[in-house]
Amino acid sequence: MEILFAFILMLLVALIAGVLLSLFSHFFAVKENPLKAQIRECLPGINCGACGYKGCDDYADALANGGVSPSLCIPGAQNVADEIGNILGIEAEPFKDVVAFVACNGNCEATTKKAKYEGVNTCKAASMIYGGNNSCHFGCLGLGDCAFACPSNAICVVDGIAHVNTALCLGCGVCANVCPKHIIKMLPQETATVVMCSNKQKGADARKACKNACIGCKKCEKTCNNGAITVKDNLAVIDYNKCTNCGACVKECPTGCLKSIFFANIPSNIEFKELLT
Amino acid sequence: MDMFKTLIIILLSSVFVDNYVLNRFLGICPFLGVSKKINQATGMGVAVTVVMLIATAVTWPIQYLVLNKLGLGYLQNIVFILIIATLVQMLELFLKKFSPALYNGLGVYLPLITTNCAVLGVTINNINDGYNFIQSMVSSLGCGLGFLLAMVLFSGLRSRIDESNIPAPFKGLATTLIAACFISLAFMGFVGVVENIFA
Repeated sequence: MEILFAFILMLLVALIAGVLLSLFSHFFAVKENPLKAQIRECLPGINCGACGYKGCDDYADALANGGVSPSLCIPGAQNVADEIGNILGIEAEPFKDVVAFVACNGNCEATTKKAKYEGVNTCKAASMIYGGNNSCHFGCLGLGDCAFACPSNAICVVDGIAHVNTALCLGCGVCANVCPKHIIKMLPQETATVVMCSNKQKGADARKACKNACIGCKKCEKTCNNGAITVKDNLAVIDYNKCTNCGACVKECPTGCLKSIFFANIPSNIEFKELLT
Repeated sequence: MDMFKTLIIILLSSVFVDNYVLNRFLGICPFLGVSKKINQATGMGVAVTVVMLIATAVTWPIQYLVLNKLGLGYLQNIVFILIIATLVQMLELFLKKFSPALYNGLGVYLPLITTNCAVLGVTINNINDGYNFIQSMVSSLGCGLGFLLAMVLFSGLRSRIDESNIPAPFKGLATTLIAACFISLAFMGFVGVVENIFA
């Protein structure tokens, strides 16, 4: 008999609690901006965080409340910016497409290993021990932290250095954040001339570390008619606001670290994905 | 006048002597988790105090008018847990509507009050100590204020710790726990003071 009382009592308490809670959630419901759901539909939903918000939900919330540019979603690019612009009734700013680029050409042929590394198999761990075992202190370690972090499987490590498949790259910048050497740069998509080196040592030392390194000879700086290239800390730096992609510097470069690449023309390469798995 | 004296003694002893965090070691999770910034610590302390008061106001009548009358005193724990969980959920909905800033600031720790042993501890101890309704309310107010006091003191201490140069093995949680231990020791100095305050 007593157990029946206990049973009924618990049932009653739970019932009252349930009814009260549902009443509360009905009367104190926070009205979400109906725009938010609409905007959220447009966003890609991969939560890469490239827009600077915590995820697509957070960005949609900020957009719905107004005062935020609709062109911040990098994976969504122009299409998404336009769609959101339509919903909000504002003109989306022209979208600047970027693509990840690994500024290193120190492949197995050009560099040597200082030591045999047998630790945890990530660039972050390797770089903690005297900056990694690569002969070049600035170069790619090739253990693939970026490839692991990439949400679209666009990066693979071939011949000791990471390569970005630009056809798959979303431009989210996640890889640039995880690289412990900070050699992944986000470049405007139309870029054609790049410096494939990050070595800031003096010419002779750089050459010793890697056959393909920039030696800071300033030939490119003198060749460029537009003043787009400057050598800073023994490394050529291109100002993409001035560069016209004429390719004059590429011909002059003695080490071949300046290269002409038409990102837009790189065909989508299915083998990239297969190599990763 | 005697009643008034008893209430003051209950209030002061639950703030200083029987402090829930520093003396009974209940509610350690938010004590260590939300005490990094002083404004969040204050928010958490106030939220816990409010929940303690509401929980006592609801559980005391239920214990004496329902459970004891039916001879179901042994259901105390499970009924109280259910009631506290419901109350915290209600408070959460209420805050989300009327104070989104505090709601966002408390974050995950607001649902954590649901399973905060300090709240359950207050409600059960009030019954075990045989307090009447007014005494129970004063006791839970005192416990809440004690929690608030501990949180604010500790967050002040932690901001000082963050700025100081600590040996590598003691960085982070280790120093935090050692500091908590010292605060707890310091509060032992109140033992015997409050009981004799009117003597």
